[in-house]
Parts: sequence; structure tokens; C-alpha cells
Amino acid sequence: MSVRILYFASLREALGVPGETVDLPPGVVTVGGLRDWLAGQGRARLASARNLRCAVNQDMAGSDTAVRDGDEVAFFPPVTGG
Amino acid sequence: MRIQEADFDVGAELTALRAGDARVGALASFVGLVRDSNDGAGVAKMTLEHYPGMTEKALDAIVAEAKGRWNIYAALVIHRVGPLRPCDQIVLVAVTSAHRGEAFAACEFIMDYLKTRAPFWKREVRSDGARWVDARETDDAAAARWEG
Repeated sequence: MSVRILYFASLREALGVPGETVDLPPGVVTVGGLRDWLAGQGRARLASARNLRCAVNQDMAGSDTAVRDGDEVAFFPPVTGG
Repeated sequence: MRIQEADFDVGAELTALRAGDARVGALASFVGLVRDSNDGAGVAKMTLEHYPGMTEKALDAIVAEAKGRWNIYAALVIHRVGPLRPCDQIVLVAVTSAHRGEAFAACEFIMDYLKTRAPFWKREVRSDGARWVDARETDDAAAARWEG
């Protein structure tokens, strides 16, 4: 299963990449599972960042939200626009 | 709804929003501006980043929800991205309705939800260094007023 990952703002800066396409092992099927898996793949900041938000296919998502093949999953800090 | 680097002309936007619609008895608007200080430190400039695609989707959903809650006619959101300086305009929200109550409420609702749900991030260059702006709990509280 392949998903497109995007990082924004302070998280993008800390990781040094705007995003990546990853092939997920079987068993990684939720946002929470994906975050844990990425943290174990050298993206430790994903585990330590406080109040991290996530969107799946550009809709706000929670830890239990399903991740499917071809999804676009974004991780970012709380928003500060306006 | 527009996301743009360029500045906007508030007067022209408000005039266009209500043009030719004689049902409109009220037009409420809000303009957000770059301040020259934040948390006690001077702000020299800032950069606004966003998530292209999701930003538009989120703002469309917020406006749609406002239209579901109040009897309003037109709603406009313009949000700038890219480099900005103190005194620059950041955001315009404007709403038309028959009467002021609904226009005021919908305008404030859109702004409160934008602050907590639209994927924009501010990075400030301040007298004590560059930093990403932290989200404020007061913004979460403002948005929560409209729930439940």
C-alpha cells in the first residue's frame, strides 16, 4: 500500500523534507499506526511533536481514521492563520 | 473564496459582494492585520504558509456551514499567503444578509472557524529570532462557543 505523506510548517522544517511517498507494511491501516510507523523510520519528530494534527485526503482526521492505498496524508502543527 | 499573495482592496470587494442584490440590508466584515509585536517581542516581518488544496476545501466547508446556520446571502473570504509586514492586511471575511444580527454572527463564526480549522501557519521574524507562531487556546475557546 502506497501513500503520499505531506509535512507542513515547523514539522516540515524539523524533518527537512516537505513530504515523501511511502510503501506501508501490512497492519499499518490508521493515521495513528502510520504516525508510529513513520516515527520508527527515522521521523522521530512525529512521535515527540505536541498537538500534531493530521488530514487524510485534505479532511481533518483523527488517530483512528483509516488510511488506504493512494491516500494523501498530511501531518502539521495546530493552525495559526487569520 | 480566494488564497493569494497580492493585497486586496476592501472597499472594492465589499461593493462587489453586495452589488445588485436589493435583498441585502446588512454587510458585516472583518479585516485581520499584521501587528508589529507578539508576546512582547517586535515583529519585523512574517511569512504565511498554507496547504494548497486543503485550504480551499476547508474554507468552502466553513462558509457552507455558516450558510446552513444563518440566513445569509453572500460570504467572501480572502486570505493572503507569502511574505507580509506589519500593517499589511492578512484576511478579509465579509457576509451579507437582510439584517445585521445574522451578518455579524456569521462573519464572526467564519473567522473563529478559520482560525482553528483552515491550514495556514505563520512564521514570524522577531527581534528575538524567527519562530513559528504557536496556536492560542483562546482561539480554540472562541471556536468552541459555536458548538453544542
